Amino acid sequence: MEDFEDNEFDGPIKKFMYVNRKAPYGTVYALEGLEVVLITAAFDQDVCLVFVDDGVFQIKKDQETTGINMKNFSPTYRALEGYDVEKIYVEKESLESRGFSEDDLVIPVEILSSAEISELMDAQDVIVTF
Amino acid sequence: MALLHTVNKSPFERNVISDCLRLAKDGSAILLIEDGVYAALEGTSASDEITRRNGSIKFFALGPDIEARGLSEKSLIEGLTLVDYSGFVDLVEEYSSVQSWL
Amino acid sequence: MKFGILVNEGPFTHQASDSAYQFTKAAIGKGHEIVRVFFYHDGVNNSNKLADPPSDDRNVVKLWSDLAAEHGVELIVCVAAAMRRGINDDLLAAGFKISGLGQLVEAGIIGDRLVTFGD
Repeated sequence: MEDFEDNEFDGPIKKFMYVNRKAPYGTVYALEGLEVVLITAAFDQDVCLVFVDDGVFQIKKDQETTGINMKNFSPTYRALEGYDVEKIYVEKESLESRGFSEDDLVIPVEILSSAEISELMDAQDVIVTF
Repeated sequence: MALLHTVNKSPFERNVISDCLRLAKDGSAILLIEDGVYAALEGTSASDEITRRNGSIKFFALGPDIEARGLSEKSLIEGLTLVDYSGFVDLVEEYSSVQSWL
Repeated sequence: MKFGILVNEGPFTHQASDSAYQFTKAAIGKGHEIVRVFFYHDGVNNSNKLADPPSDDRNVVKLWSDLAAEHGVELIVCVAAAMRRGINDDLLAAGFKISGLGQLVEAGIIGDRLVTFGD
């Protein structure tokens, strides 16, 4: 992970939503997306993380990546709480359509309906999708 | 607060537009850009999903991307508005935030 | 209005960088301010001065460099993504600078809108 810069920024607090839609390992977006989330938290912004569509696969338990020779970064999701990123939401429909449940996930999350996620998106100042 | 959503993938390659429509609130707008403009075509296997939300969501497509793909003479979904890059900028200004469906 | 632009893909393989460029140009034309253009993921490859596309096609790297020169647009390449992909200061085209992810977050904070172009 990148070293955090000194936060000399003394500006407003905005609502940042990071939308994760992609599975891990097949592409880099999940890993590099997570780095942005951590940096944003270091800037004391109001961060929430949303997992929809294949993004729910990012937080699946029991990832073992030795065979594909890639870094298993799923433990990093557990570090989010330490960075005050506690608003972590998963879309119910995305989870269920993939045959998953909350028990499959590596961290505690709040499960929201599509309508609730919609409302949440509408309330954001900045939305970044990886 | 209403969002502008952008979709840049053809509905026949990757069904991002479906995912977007599932989460786009009434009153929001969807702008089709790049390969996403194929979703603007009328009478395809993908068009019903879009026309169902006509009236509650405003649909736009980027004109230069339509022309680039030779779709100017084709019928587009009723009610969809073409914009150029300036129009794209205006939409971003008009709506409270942008959600790019990547 | 102040715009932040995020470019997630490299030149040529995806249209993302072209779309971002056209959008940025249009925004400038309408009198808007560009806080910065931030290049992440493979987007860092937009800064590679060694790009040498055929002369009858656009040179995406040069388009960005020219935009920076003409309008003072800040082009920031993420250091972590750049290091992963072998982009360093020696390879940077004119107008590009390597810096941290904080620059992206800051663009989101001080800008009125952040627009992402990617895959």
